Amino acid sequence: MMRTLIFRTVAPYLTSLMLVFSVFVLLRGHNAPGGGFIGGLIAASAFAIYGIACGVSPVRRALRLHPTTIAGIGLLLGSVAGLISLFDGVPFMTGLWIYPHFFGVEVPLATVMLFDFGVYLVVTGTITAIALVLEEREGE
Amino acid sequence: MNVGAADMTLLAMALPFVAAGLAPYLVRLMGHRAAWVLALAPLSIFIHFIPYAGLVANGRHVTAGFDWVPSLDTRFEWFVDGLSLTFAFLVTGIGTLIVLYSGGYMKGHPQQGRFLSFILLFMGSMLGLVLSDDFLMLFVFWELTSVTSFLLIGFDHEREASRRAALQALVVTGAGGLGLLAGLLLIWNVTGVHSLSGLLQSNEVLRQSPYFLVALILVLCGAFTKSAQFPLHFWLPNAMEAPTPVSAYLHSATMVKAGVFLLMRLNPVFADTPAWHTILPIFGGMTLVFGALLSVRQSDLKQMLAYTTMSSLGLMVMMTGFGGEHAVAGAVLYLVAHALFKGALFMVAGIVDHEAGTREVTKLGGLLRAMPVTFAAALAAAVSMGGLPPAVGFLAKEEIYSSLWHLDPWSLTFLACAVIGNALMMAVGFVVALKPFLGKRPHALGDVHEAPFIMWVGPATLGALGIVAAIAAPFTHEIVSSPMVSAVLGRASEIDITLVPHIGPPLALSGLTIVVGIVTYLAIAPFRRAVGGVLRAIGWGPDRGFDQFVRGLVRFSHAVTDRLQPGSLEVYMTVTFVAIAAALLVPMVVFGELPSMPTWPTDVTFYELTVMAIGIIGLVAVLIAHDRLTAIVSLGVQGFAVALLFMLFGAPDLSFTQFMIEALSVVILALVMTRLRLAPSDHRPTGEKLSDAAIAIACGAGFMLYLMRVTEGSFDATLSDFFARYSKTIAHGHNIVNVIIVDFRGTDTLGEISVVMVTGLAILALIRIRATRTDVELGDNDPREQHDPREEGSHGKRTYAGVEAE
Repeated sequence: MMRTLIFRTVAPYLTSLMLVFSVFVLLRGHNAPGGGFIGGLIAASAFAIYGIACGVSPVRRALRLHPTTIAGIGLLLGSVAGLISLFDGVPFMTGLWIYPHFFGVEVPLATVMLFDFGVYLVVTGTITAIALVLEEREGE
Repeated sequence: MNVGAADMTLLAMALPFVAAGLAPYLVRLMGHRAAWVLALAPLSIFIHFIPYAGLVANGRHVTAGFDWVPSLDTRFEWFVDGLSLTFAFLVTGIGTLIVLYSGGYMKGHPQQGRFLSFILLFMGSMLGLVLSDDFLMLFVFWELTSVTSFLLIGFDHEREASRRAALQALVVTGAGGLGLLAGLLLIWNVTGVHSLSGLLQSNEVLRQSPYFLVALILVLCGAFTKSAQFPLHFWLPNAMEAPTPVSAYLHSATMVKAGVFLLMRLNPVFADTPAWHTILPIFGGMTLVFGALLSVRQSDLKQMLAYTTMSSLGLMVMMTGFGGEHAVAGAVLYLVAHALFKGALFMVAGIVDHEAGTREVTKLGGLLRAMPVTFAAALAAAVSMGGLPPAVGFLAKEEIYSSLWHLDPWSLTFLACAVIGNALMMAVGFVVALKPFLGKRPHALGDVHEAPFIMWVGPATLGALGIVAAIAAPFTHEIVSSPMVSAVLGRASEIDITLVPHIGPPLALSGLTIVVGIVTYLAIAPFRRAVGGVLRAIGWGPDRGFDQFVRGLVRFSHAVTDRLQPGSLEVYMTVTFVAIAAALLVPMVVFGELPSMPTWPTDVTFYELTVMAIGIIGLVAVLIAHDRLTAIVSLGVQGFAVALLFMLFGAPDLSFTQFMIEALSVVILALVMTRLRLAPSDHRPTGEKLSDAAIAIACGAGFMLYLMRVTEGSFDATLSDFFARYSKTIAHGHNIVNVIIVDFRGTDTLGEISVVMVTGLAILALIRIRATRTDVELGDNDPREQHDPREEGSHGKRTYAGVEAE
């Protein structure tokens, strides 16, 4: 859609920056503004921008998986995160926490985080799928 | 019974389903010989139930089970008494033979595994049905038999006739099942009892209730549709589209008797009420006579048997409803006799069809020499069907006649029905059993052999049992008939009829029946023509009525859909927004809940005003924009202004999301615009613009007033306080919004992301539909081969999903 050289040159960098930022937003979500939903929207925008700038096929190639598959994996992760708590004898979707140490630093991990990651993937996958299909144009 | 036995019963009830799961693999492994292995399943269930016979003969019954859905008060509980035990024996005993028979009949069929699987599924459902004690459990198994019957009738799903018959059976029996459910729930509501065994003990509450008749009629809906009572009988003859083992098993010996089973089960509850003793005999009697007359008209072996089945079911319903010890004894004996002889005759018909290649009785004859065993089985079954000694059918008929023999018009009417029905059925039974085997053999038949053992063992066993059961009458009565009659009557009762002739009116009536039957047999061809002529003259029947009903329903739903779903996006949007505006404004106006005019705040800062101004400028730009793309972007400007406001008022999460949503909606809207190839500018006539504007203003005003009203009230901080207090301590997170989304309300979010995903799939599907419909492939929008989409838009003239393109 865009034929400007500047945009096409900048787009890959912009996309990668946005993707990194989206993961950052996802991870900080628990304590500061952010979270899986917003992160997912940012990631989807990143792919949409790349698609607009350089065409849809490169995006699809780079993604490797079909965007809907990504969304499906996200939904699976979300459900699994909810189901894990059942094995601990607590109700569905109860958050469970573990505190492993990596290089001497305590890193809190939780099923909640897994769930948020699922949300991130669902939003990313779905919106990207829609955006990419819309960006594709009917062959003449 | 001890715990072990109860567990075994549960296992027995589950076994057919397990076997059904294994059937396809076994058949793949062993071919048709898998039937020998699979037949072990029903056989072992049969053996499991044998010890119960002794208990039940002593007048006891067995209940056991466990909670199934405690929140609905539903238990998985079985109830074994004389009635259910006899049915369990029939289901599993005949089931064993049918599984074997199917092994031979369907030998080499590519879907034999699936077929055996369906048969076993049905067996499990039927067994569950007859053993059910709890209402809901009964209903579940009841509908399961309808579903499995649907699968079996439609087994040959590539033929339209099969599909139609399957659908018809499902619609009729399924609808009846819903009636039954309503009836059972009503009974549950009135009496507070939700098990059959409980209901049998507290029937007075129901009888005195004003809902008695409604409950009775609803239950009868279920029973009459399942047992093919006139005028809802038409699905049964059509069900003969199924392979013959199905007809022998479901549509004669077992499933169609589910209705009779239900009536017999509820007999102690409903008996001695005028409605019961009026409705049942009348419908049963009509079914008996019509079924018998219609059967004479047929010349296809299976069709003849199908109509006599209908007739027999009518006889059982009539006798059950007629009331009295002898009538019930007659119904019970006839039920057992019928299961044996009709199962056998259907299997014989299947064998003849299988070996000779036709079921048309006029094209058959002289097979006696080729198929002596089959003939013997057929003859034994026909003797029982004709009510001749020494078969159990004779005992049944004697009981029936002796119970109907009263000299009053009511009894005499039904006596006449019974004599006519029995005589015609006898004639038809002998036509099926004799005509293919006797006489001259038509040349067209070619070389015919006896069926293999696996096929004739079924009819031979059933035919022999019909004779043995009558010769050993005292034993039969002790373990089968007397307990069953006691269960149906709700009090202990003994049957003592034997083959020893007892001179009296019943014997004379038997003689009359035999004479009429022989006359009909000899004159079957002219009789067939006569009945056929009458039916042709009438023309219309419930079967055709069903087609008309279905066609009418389809046409009606088309009309409704056309009205509700005109396909125009404009209409949908207008309706949606008008509804929103009405939902917001009408209650506020009606209940006087409009907000009071707020005072203008004095502490509005300069930058807040600026942001608001930006938003308003965005809106004005939308209104005056000349082309759609500008309008979309301007709408984004307004959205960003709102996002800024959120930020200023301390809702960074919300603002963040708003930014992303605005950006993405602008992008996606713009992309959609280019795909739809709409005209770049808005060409609505002024009148339409005005009405649309009015709707928009109403919606906006509605939301504004609503929010103002909501914020006027005092703020209930319970939830906010809770979240603020516990967000860190329980959920280990500082960001309350996110903690709510992923932890406190995580299940909601799981639902939401599922919706997001499904919506996404739906959108993709919609876009793809369009791509295939226009027969163009989706291409890549490589920028090097791009041209301005607006050029396209200006000359794009197409319509999609009702959106009018200029």
